[in-house]
Amino acid sequence: MEHQLVPEHRLVSEEEAERILKALRITRDQLPKIRRSDPVIQLLERIEGPIDEGRIIRVTRVSSTAGVSEAYRLVIGR
Amino acid sequence: MMSMRGVTKRIHAIKFALLSPDEMRRMSATKIITADTYDDDGFPIDMGLMDSHLGVIEPGLRCKTCGGKVDDCPGHFGHIDLAMPVIHVGYVKETKKLLQATCRRCGRLLLTRQQAMEYMQEMETVEELGGDITDVGLVTKETAKEATKRQRCPHCGEEQGKVTLDKPTTFREDGHKLTPREVRERLERIPNDDLKVLGINPEVARPEWMVLAVLLVPPVTVRPSITLESGDRSEDDLTHKLVDVLRINQRLRENRDAGAPQLIVEDLWELLQYHITTYFDNQTSGIPPARHRSGRPLKTLVQRLKGKEGRFRSNLSGKRVNFSARTVISPDPVLSINEVGVPVEAARELTVPVHVQTYNLEIVRQWVKRGPAPWGSLGEYMPGVNYVIRPDGRRIRVTDKNAEVVAEAVELGYTVERQLVDGDIVLFNRQPSLHRMSMMAHEVRVMPHKTFRFNLAVCPPYNADFDGDEMNLHVLQSEEARAEARVLMRVQEHILSPRFGGPVIGGIHDHITGAFLLTHKESRFTQEEVAYILSKIDVKELPPPDVKKGGEEFWSGKALFSMILPKDLNMTFKSSIAPKGDIGLKELREEDSLVVVKDGRIAAGTIDENAVGAFKGKILDKVARDYGADDAREFIDKATKLAIGAIMVRGFTTGIDDEDIPEEAKKQIADVLKSAVEKVEGLVEAYKRGELEQMPGRSLEETLEVEAMKVLGRARDQAGQIAGKHLGIENSAVIMARSGARGSMLNLSQMAGCIGQQAVRGERLSRGYWNRTLPHFVKGDLGAEAKGFVKSSYKSGLHPTEYFFHAMGGREGLVDTAVRTSRSGYMQRRLINALEDLKVKEDGTVRNTANTIIQFRFGEDGIDPSRSVQGHAVDIDDILQEVLGEEPSWKERLREQEVASYGLTEKDMYVELTEEEAEVEEEEPPSEE
Ligand SMILES: [Mg+2]
Ligand SMILES: [Zn+2]
Ligand SMILES: [Zn+2]
Repeated sequence: MEHQLVPEHRLVSEEEAERILKALRITRDQLPKIRRSDPVIQLLERIEGPIDEGRIIRVTRVSSTAGVSEAYRLVIGR
Repeated sequence: MMSMRGVTKRIHAIKFALLSPDEMRRMSATKIITADTYDDDGFPIDMGLMDSHLGVIEPGLRCKTCGGKVDDCPGHFGHIDLAMPVIHVGYVKETKKLLQATCRRCGRLLLTRQQAMEYMQEMETVEELGGDITDVGLVTKETAKEATKRQRCPHCGEEQGKVTLDKPTTFREDGHKLTPREVRERLERIPNDDLKVLGINPEVARPEWMVLAVLLVPPVTVRPSITLESGDRSEDDLTHKLVDVLRINQRLRENRDAGAPQLIVEDLWELLQYHITTYFDNQTSGIPPARHRSGRPLKTLVQRLKGKEGRFRSNLSGKRVNFSARTVISPDPVLSINEVGVPVEAARELTVPVHVQTYNLEIVRQWVKRGPAPWGSLGEYMPGVNYVIRPDGRRIRVTDKNAEVVAEAVELGYTVERQLVDGDIVLFNRQPSLHRMSMMAHEVRVMPHKTFRFNLAVCPPYNADFDGDEMNLHVLQSEEARAEARVLMRVQEHILSPRFGGPVIGGIHDHITGAFLLTHKESRFTQEEVAYILSKIDVKELPPPDVKKGGEEFWSGKALFSMILPKDLNMTFKSSIAPKGDIGLKELREEDSLVVVKDGRIAAGTIDENAVGAFKGKILDKVARDYGADDAREFIDKATKLAIGAIMVRGFTTGIDDEDIPEEAKKQIADVLKSAVEKVEGLVEAYKRGELEQMPGRSLEETLEVEAMKVLGRARDQAGQIAGKHLGIENSAVIMARSGARGSMLNLSQMAGCIGQQAVRGERLSRGYWNRTLPHFVKGDLGAEAKGFVKSSYKSGLHPTEYFFHAMGGREGLVDTAVRTSRSGYMQRRLINALEDLKVKEDGTVRNTANTIIQFRFGEDGIDPSRSVQGHAVDIDDILQEVLGEEPSWKERLREQEVASYGLTEKDMYVELTEEEAEVEEEEPPSEE
């Protein structure tokens, strides 16, 4: 994932996922989605093992204007 | 997983299909057999086009199908059984495709089983990969194309003919006409399985349904007849068309049943086809449009939907509104930026609903009593009332005659529509509405004459000028709307733009020239002048004079301007007149171009575009940011008035003689240009001899071009510098250019010195004739003059060849802007359509209407750009200065500012659109619907 245009993606543990959802006061389906077929997920699976639908990925973006920001994505099928 | 709380109904899919004749008959409320509409008593004839089973349009009557009255009954379809089948114009393309791709005898797709399977598979793969309808459509198109190619049926061995379409609706096979009945029979033969390969779902869209056997008749509510004042009935265009269809259908049936000659039957059949075709689309190419008795072409189904006046663009995407006005705009520097001048005529038509309560009963009665057009005793405008609305919703028009009676009747619970008065809040808008500042809330000032008027400082956000621009005004009709507009939309709330975190409202043109004249160097004003200037702003007493000279008192312009600054303002920045580049403090001070404000007093520096200009005004920016919208509004109002006062005292004019330069300078410029031209000549010689040193990564030709451009560019700059030396800061044109009011030094040097190289696509001119630009030059001439260098100035005038080159270069600019604006307009529309229902929620997340998260924090940093300092959340330097009272060294601060405003010019911040370009913008890019 060392590419200047691809921000850091990390698999979030289930406990932490619950914490995040609680903090944001949302349910899983309200998160932005990412497909299992996404190259980033495929790569993550090599590291973390199979990633099921419903898991949450943290995306850490760094931008020159907005600084560091964190976003989350829900893994979906296909 | 996608469950959503509170949502009970959700559109999962929309299916488009064909109506089968059976389905049409089933949905039909009645069969239509007669072309007559009403009987002698004016009642709808049964089984006629106005049959009461089709719905009701007259109040009091009841629908025979559902029993509803006018507003309850939605209308019901009827149907006409056609004597002979007819081609549907809307489906000719598909019909043709199917006829060509299938066998003329057995109806099978003209592909082997193997091929069909392969295409089927491909379609599935595309679908699996997430392809949408268009992608699948591409595959089926390919399939049909392949099938069309085959000459012999792989299933029955039949030799295939060539099916052509004679526009609009006649099919031929090898030149022989195919009747719609034959077409229908062929389509009937196509097996379901083969249709699937072609991307057609046979369950909902059998192809033979594309040939009409039954025609659906729309409900009368869709084509209401209107009763004219004379008592005559006037039917809708669609009804007229249906009458034609019914008549011909009847005659065709009679002739066919009577066994009339084939020729007659065919003629009638074709006539029926014509009427049904024009019933669908009266602009079908290849046939004359059906006309009304008056000669006006009929508006049939397609015409109702299509284009600017069609259902989509004028009724669905956009709607007409009441309580709005549109007229020409003109400037009024006396108005506050928050105000708008509304003509009396408009104010009398536009009304605000006022609910009658105990506290206002008396005053409302008085308003009503005054009638619809009252004038005060001094001939001043007074608001009247146009309508009184009773609690039951009945509206009573107030006239001079009934005013007194109606006024007495007004009670609690009534509502009256009061005409506009000063202070009412209205929305003011100029198209194209490209950003939120295109529609702002203003306070009304009712004024004589016929134009809308507003302060010139508000021109930039609307991108308005007064060469005939018109603007729209909307009167808010509810208390909530007015409150919201006052808080969120008032002009003063939009001084800082969310686009770049700086002011969009501020001084322009004369405001900046005036500020310059007021404050540059030691400008002084006599008591009389000061009294005049200060009379424009609300000042009770003259400030103490600065200097006394020979008994006379003088006031410095800087002191006058300081009067309107906040008392605790401290800032330092470069004026717009400061020479460009990295220059020393000393030089800045010499030019009076380092503005130092200490405790609300201008200690040094010239106030110009960088201080009070729209887009760039630093003082404006700081006042708006640190002191709030009210203070900023007051500052803009006063600063512009002061500036105008100053320019009126001093007087200001410009003319072409501002670009006069001495003979000697002209000679110098001529020398510079001559030597540059010679230098290019030398480069060309060197190139021809092959001695030109090639630049890395460039061909020899390119090297020559680059070098020539460089030499000529430098020559133009030098010419400009020589001219500039003779145009001092006392020159009006220079004042405008340097202070940022209008024009640039480049404009001036092109007028006084030399216009310079003309370019198309960034290159010297080269096209036109064979190996040369114009026949005035030798073929292959690579010299300066032959390739578009213009030595003359605008003032001296251009030689014919130069003039031509200049037109070439100028044309590119025009084409560019024309192309760019229409494209960017369309792109912006699409962007807006995609983003329009996104919303920042209370927790700072950006969400769509389904309440799913789009961004976890707005803009990833949660910063409102209109509250930011050039995009940054905080201006550390500014805060340090405020807290510590300590100023970072000049140099450092100035450099930082340079970085902060990196590359930002007025042009970048605002794309100026001319009238014509704006027109282009509004014109819809093709095929939106
Ligand atoms: Mg204009
Ligand atoms: Zn009905
Ligand atoms: Zn066949």
